[in-house]
Order: sequence, then structure tokens, then C-alpha cells
Amino acid sequence: MLYREAGQYKTSYQRDQAIFPIAQDRWVVWTFVAVAFLVVPFFVNDYWTNAVLLPLLIYGLAALGLNILVGYCGQISLGTGGFMAVGAYASYKLMTSFPEMNMILVVLLSGGITAAVGSLFGLPSLRIKGFYLAVATLAAQFFLVWLFNKVGWFYNYSMTGQITAPDREMFGFLLTGPSALPWVKYLFCLTILAVFALIAKNLVRGRLGRNWMAIRDMDIAAELIGVRPLLTKLSAFAVSSFYIGMAGSLLFSVYLGAVEVGEVFGINVSFLVLFMVIIGGLGSIVGSFMGAAFLVLLPIFLKNFMVDGFGMMPVTAKHVEILLMGLLIIFFLIVEPHGLARLWQITKEKLRMWPFPY
Amino acid sequence: MSAFVDPARMAGHSGMEKGEVLLRVDNVSLAFGGVKAITNISFDIVKGEVRAIIGPNGAGKTSMLNVINGFYHPQEGTITWRGKVRRKMKPYEAASNGIARTFQNVALFKGMTTLDNIMTGRGLKMKSNFIWQCLHWGPALKEEIEHRRKVEEIIDFLEIQAIRKTPVGRLPYGLQKRVELARALAMEPELLLLDEPMAGMNLEEKEDMSRFILDVNQQFGTTIALIEHDMGVVMDLSDRVVVLDYGRKIADGPPDEVQASQDVIDAYLGVPHEH
Ligand SMILES: Nc1ncnc2c1ncn2[C@@H]1O[C@H](COP(=O)(O)OP(=O)(O)OP(=O)(O)O)[C@@H](O)[C@H]1O
Ligand SMILES: [Mg+2]
Repeated sequence: MLYREAGQYKTSYQRDQAIFPIAQDRWVVWTFVAVAFLVVPFFVNDYWTNAVLLPLLIYGLAALGLNILVGYCGQISLGTGGFMAVGAYASYKLMTSFPEMNMILVVLLSGGITAAVGSLFGLPSLRIKGFYLAVATLAAQFFLVWLFNKVGWFYNYSMTGQITAPDREMFGFLLTGPSALPWVKYLFCLTILAVFALIAKNLVRGRLGRNWMAIRDMDIAAELIGVRPLLTKLSAFAVSSFYIGMAGSLLFSVYLGAVEVGEVFGINVSFLVLFMVIIGGLGSIVGSFMGAAFLVLLPIFLKNFMVDGFGMMPVTAKHVEILLMGLLIIFFLIVEPHGLARLWQITKEKLRMWPFPY
Repeated sequence: MSAFVDPARMAGHSGMEKGEVLLRVDNVSLAFGGVKAITNISFDIVKGEVRAIIGPNGAGKTSMLNVINGFYHPQEGTITWRGKVRRKMKPYEAASNGIARTFQNVALFKGMTTLDNIMTGRGLKMKSNFIWQCLHWGPALKEEIEHRRKVEEIIDFLEIQAIRKTPVGRLPYGLQKRVELARALAMEPELLLLDEPMAGMNLEEKEDMSRFILDVNQQFGTTIALIEHDMGVVMDLSDRVVVLDYGRKIADGPPDEVQASQDVIDAYLGVPHEH
């Protein structure tokens, strides 16, 4: 089918403002969603869920959240790992204090708690920008990890200092704990991601999203047309942290089941998610997923390719991976700050012209 | 266009009559450390007029606008807005009080399209809450469409239909200035501050821009304060002119009178004078 918009007239502003104004895009997206919800669950097994699907969905959610802050509102954050930890520990406390609580509510409340914490650490953003803000959020990262290690209340004074997710069901199917079913975990995360991706898209195409971008692009002018800087930045911190908190909650309760804070939510995670956003595309929802997919799949691909295919040492493969990641970051920062999403868009524009480029 | 004009419907408008004093500054002084940008300046702007502010480079014109919309706070003097002495005010408060502004150096939101830039200008008039915005439905959707319609009227008025979906960073300078005017108009301000709206434009673009400014003033009844270096433009557009030099006011009156004033001629010829 040819990819173009000829003959598709938009007869109302509503249709012109639709998420996917071009019919072909709509079909692709609906097919994708339908396959993800209706086909994939029948084929998932433990390996696929744990190695690929869950990390993809959960890091996709985290990248989406960070992109709202960094890509849309122009505020930098290196505290992602710490905020994910807040989500995880909030879930743990909720699950152990209220065993009857529905898991959806647990995840949402964990997001809410993280949003509050995130806004608190977002307060300095009114006064400081760029590098200094990065340092302030880095402090948040270290402080939060330290806090969850130090204060026994957060891990219910367990001997190991770890937190472990108890068994919880969703619609009668086991969702958390060691014997949870792969397809239940997958569908749970997928549903949350799909719903919140839609909400993110709605936010960024509405008033709040425009205000975020206005602050990002020219904060002085934004203020002079009536955008309140503190409120706008804090809302970005809150919404962003909400998503990141949910991601932390899912990572702990559904994916890993047991967590040691320093290992799982360290500074590495902050950078990993930031790289996802940069490689995928700053200020793009689809880009967040592309970035997450890329960085989740790259190591798996490299491992299969280099270690299993060419008999390379796993350590060497790991080094190649880090090297490649560094090169990619440099490439995207310098050549294409809008990331994979932009490359994809360019391809589509070319396709729209094809076969007559002029 | 006329559906868009009805000033009584414009939120944040005082309903003042033409000719009443809309804004008055009294004995305002502003200094940055040791640099005196404005020294003891008083003048007024009446409802419905085009008020030009002119003067050589560094005279303090931009600083004056920054004082009016709350970006700088003068060390001395008072500002009276719609008959009430104004307390110290943040720029976004000035905006919600009906003061809009364009910049000497274009200050658009570079990553956004023309449409989104102008839509942002309507933010103050949009009321739907966060939850509805998350859903992009109900009141939020209704509001988006309603304001999109207004924005389209402004786009038609300024003849920028073709660049609606273009990211403004890609536009030539002249068009960027026009989009900036559109964004300010989207606020439906009672007082519009224009800082050198024609700087760097060619003759044709200047003529277009002059026509738009006059149309805004006459059709919408918007009061305009205009900084401009091109004397021809100032003479054509403005009702009254205030002249600044080295932060002081040296003349105030109708354009032809001001142009004939010896002080003004000296200032523009750069005749040295004692401070
Ligand atoms: N933020 C600031 N900090 C320090 N000095 C400033 C600042 N803003 C303006 N000034 C000084 O105040 C004086 C008046 O500047 P202003 O920009 O108001 O002049 P202007 O009349 O707009 O000039 P131009 O025609 O070049 O735009 C200048 O001497 C300028 O250097
Ligand atoms: Mg100036």
C-alpha cells in the first residue's frame, strides 16, 4: 500500500489534531496494538517475557516518563534510578501493609508517591538549570539509594536488607511471586504501558504539554505569555516521576520479585534510561519506546551474535557493547538530537514522496 | 474578522473607554548595579492609541517595556494600570492582566510549530483541568477546538496559513516576527508592547507589518506601545511619541511636534551633553 495522505481531507479541527492524522499510520498502530494484546500472549514463555518483553515494557514506561521531563520540559534529571526505587519501595510497603490491595491500585499509588517525591526534588529547578540541576538530581539519586539501604522500616527490617514481592493475584491469576505466569505479567505491564502512553500523548498535545515545551524552548517568553514557571516545571517533575515510579513498582513487583536497592536502582539505571531517551528521540513518545527497545535488544543481539555466533569471550562482548553504546550516544547527540524517532520520520517523509522525490 | 473583534467578550479587559489613561508610569527609575537604564521617567498610554517609544541605541526603551510587563522592577516610581497603582508584579501576572509583548530578538518556541506557538498564547484562557487533559476529551477537547478556531482566525488575519504546521525554527526571520505577533495577539491583550517589530525587515515586509499593526489597533481596539527606529514608520503609525535618550525622557507629544524638537534632533545627531 502506498504511504501518503492524498485524498485524506481533514474536515474538522478535531480530525486534524488527531494523534495519527494519516490513515496508514493508524492502521499500522492498530495492528501493532492488536498483535501485542491478542496474539503475543499466546506465545510468550519464560525466556521471552523475562529477557525481552518485560524489560522492554518497563523501561519503555520509565523512558517515557523521563522524556516528559527532559524532552518536553527541557529539565535534566539523573535521578531516575532513585525515583524508580521510590516506586519499588512504595509498592513493597503497600503490598505488605495492605495485603488485600489490588495490584493496579498498588502501582498507581506507588506512582503517586514517587510523583510527590519527584516534585520535591524538582523544586530547585526554579532557580538552577542545566548542569547544576543535573548535579542536584544526582544528589537525589544517591540520597534515595542511601535512604532505602539505611532505614530498616523501608525493607521491614528483613535480615538481607532486600525486599521481596509477596504473591498477588489479578483476576484470579497469579501476577507476582516466583510462580507467577508469564502471560499475566506481560499483559499487566502492557496494559499499564498502553494506557499511560495514551495519556502522555494526550498531555503533550494539550495545554500542559505546550506549556512544558514553551518553558523548554524559551522560558522568558513563556513567562511573559502567562506560563507560570514553577508550576509548569513542577508538573513536569510530578508527571515524569509518576511514570518512573510506576516503572520502578513494576520492575520490583512483577519483573524481578526481589530487589537489592543499590544493585537494581543505582546510577547506572539513571544513565541507561537517559540514553534510551536520547537515542530514541528527545520530545517523542514513540521515540521513548524505540530507545528502550534499542537498548534492551542491543545486548541480547550482540550476545547472540558475537558470543554464540563468533565464539567471542562474553567479557569482550560486553566491552564492545559499552563502546558501541558510547559511540551511538555521541552520534545522536551531535548528528541527530531527535534520535531514532526523527530518523523514522525522515524515512516516512521520503516514503511519502516516493517514487517522485520532487 | 468581526466575530473576533468584540472587545467586551475579551477576558481580562477593563471595558475602559477610548481616551482614558490605561497605563501611567510616574517617576520611574531603574538601575542595574551602577548602570542607570532609566532615570525618573513619567508618561502615560491612553486606551486605543498607538504610542511610540523612540530613542537612540541604549536609551532605555526595552528596559521600559520590561518594567511595564513586570520583568524588571524599578527601584523608584509607580506604575498605574487601569487607574490602580500596581504592586510589584510577576510577568505572568502582567500577562493575565492583559499585557502582551513581542521581543526585539525573536523569542519564539523554536521546537514547536507555528500553530502550537500561537495556541500557547491562548493558554491563559484555557480552563479544563488536568484529568480532562489526560483524557483529551470532554471539556478539554471542546476547549482545544474552540481555541483552535480563534487561532485560525488570527492565522488568516496575519496571512500565515501556509506555515501553520512548520516548526518555527525553520522559518525566515520576517515570518518569525509575524508568528510572534500572532502569538501575542492570541492573548487578546488590552495593551500590546511591540519591541522593534520591523527590525531587519525589507521594505515590503515592513509595509505588511505596518498594515497589520494598524489593523490590530483599529479593528480590535488594542492599545499599542511600539518601539521603532524607522522614523517614517513611527510618523505613519503613532498617535503620540515619547523620546528617550540616555535613560531620560527628552520629548513627548504628537509625531510632527516631536520630530521638530531641537533636543530630539540633537539626540539623534549625537550632540554630546552633560549628565
Ligand atoms: N539586564 C541588564 N543588565 C545590565 N544592564 C542592562 C540590562 N538591560 C539593559 N541594560 C543597560 O541599560 C541601558 C538601556 O538598555 P535598553 O536595552 O533598554 O536600550 P534600548 O533603548 O532598548 O536600546 P536598543 O535600541 O539598542 O534596543 C543600556 O545601557 C544597557 O546596557
Ligand atoms: Mg531595545
